[in-house]
Amino acid sequence: MELVSPMDIAKESVQAVQDYSLLAWRSVSNLFTRPRYVSDTLMQADLIGVGSLPIVVLTGFFTGAVLALQSSNTLQRFGSLSLTGQLVSLSMVRELGPVLTGLMVAGRNSSGMASELGSMKVTEQIDAMRALGTDPTKKLVTPRMVASVVMLFFLTIISDLVGLAGGWLISYFLLGLNSNQYWTTAWQSLVFSDVFMGLTKPLLFGFLIASVGCYYGLAAKGGTQGVGRATTQAVVAASVLILVVDFFYTKLLIAVFVVH
Amino acid sequence: MPGAASQLEPAPPPSGSSQQTIIFKDVSIAFEENQVLSQVSFELTSGETKMLLGVLGSGKSTILKLALGLIKPDSGDIWVLGEHVNQMKEEDLFHLRRRIGMVFQESALFDSMTVRENVAYRLVEEHVPAEEIETRVREALRFVELEHTLDMFPAELSGGMRRRVAIARAIITKPEVLLYDSPTAGLDPVTSTTIIELLVKQRDVYHTSALMATHRLADTLTMATHYFDEKANQMLPIPDGSSIEARSTFLVLRDSKVIFDGDVRQLAASTDEYLREYIS
Repeated sequence: MELVSPMDIAKESVQAVQDYSLLAWRSVSNLFTRPRYVSDTLMQADLIGVGSLPIVVLTGFFTGAVLALQSSNTLQRFGSLSLTGQLVSLSMVRELGPVLTGLMVAGRNSSGMASELGSMKVTEQIDAMRALGTDPTKKLVTPRMVASVVMLFFLTIISDLVGLAGGWLISYFLLGLNSNQYWTTAWQSLVFSDVFMGLTKPLLFGFLIASVGCYYGLAAKGGTQGVGRATTQAVVAASVLILVVDFFYTKLLIAVFVVH
Repeated sequence: MPGAASQLEPAPPPSGSSQQTIIFKDVSIAFEENQVLSQVSFELTSGETKMLLGVLGSGKSTILKLALGLIKPDSGDIWVLGEHVNQMKEEDLFHLRRRIGMVFQESALFDSMTVRENVAYRLVEEHVPAEEIETRVREALRFVELEHTLDMFPAELSGGMRRRVAIARAIITKPEVLLYDSPTAGLDPVTSTTIIELLVKQRDVYHTSALMATHRLADTLTMATHYFDEKANQMLPIPDGSSIEARSTFLVLRDSKVIFDGDVRQLAASTDEYLREYIS
């Protein structure tokens, strides 16, 4: 096996960060210049949004249900079983709804984008597109970015609601809680900062999913093996980035809302 | 820093460039440790087809990609249709590329689109009315004799048919320059001749300037010794003593350098040992 010098690895890493940043910047700045590919954006929205609905609904539902189940044990010890609704609601809206939806969509769509764009890259279709006078970042990246951001926002709302419904199902049928009590505590415990945090996270995650997926796709080289590698890397990077960004963003928002 | 001087003071294209479609001046490029082109200079005049010959990996495809601005040279200057390609930004290059047609080695058709959508791609991007697109797509496909494949996907076509669809996609906007990257590579002799006939037709009927990268000498000799007879609608050999001129020249690359630039007679008369061996 050939040994690679640490200097080369460092150079490659810096280059990768630079290329990713440039791609991310261009995908946003393209929004303000023509041509805009509306039909491509709608097609991607259908693929990302509608296509991801079943897994997002299932994930949300079972997460909410298991949250109610797990927390009931602890809450019962303190005689606070009635707070189940509040706990499920806060956990889902602030954290689990956006993060799990993000991770699911990353697994499904970052990989899809990386493999699609990667295949186009290794078969010279990306070069052909440039040769035909089309900017691939405009035609391929920006529509995916817009579709991911918008659709992840709505998918997260759906996931939150379905999660609450899952929690209610367990609370009502297994824990014997009053239905009205569950929904009232769930609703009343939410304040502006919770909803703000829960609904701005998917915007960041949607951007990460599309930009990371497209970056690895466009950087693919080395035939079908390269496409496979790009796909795996995209899912891993997007998932890890979602969790890292989630931590720092939560920390930032907590600081902001505590100050105010 | 390579090219620093020319960035400070953009060099004007050499005089008389209106006749020259493409100019390469001392162009060098290396990929990592591998020097692919060093100090390559040539000119392509209007209406001429220049055939880039060389063994695999001699930098033929690189020249085409440089001309399109898909990659940038390490040093040297490139002008295409009067534009200083190596100093242009990517956004500006998209406008220039719309005046150039490129046929990639592996066709590079969009595999999720039908033949019709592939050929119509540029027209759709330019918001041409749908009826006009349909007419022009059919016309371009008729030119390559593949009108019946309109609704098929690239995966359903043979290698030769894909190559012909790629030619149709490249010529549909009647570009001023055409770049062919090994258009006959991997094809059987009959299909190769069909493709070469299309290239000769494009050269003699539409007088489009072209660069053709190839490693098949036989194809280039056919191009240099044949013309397209519009009345007979076929490619015919140029009779001895005829005044018909096949506007085709050769550019031979070896070890990242140009070792020959001239027409078929000069090639035949060359005393260079490598060339003699190459053409024998």
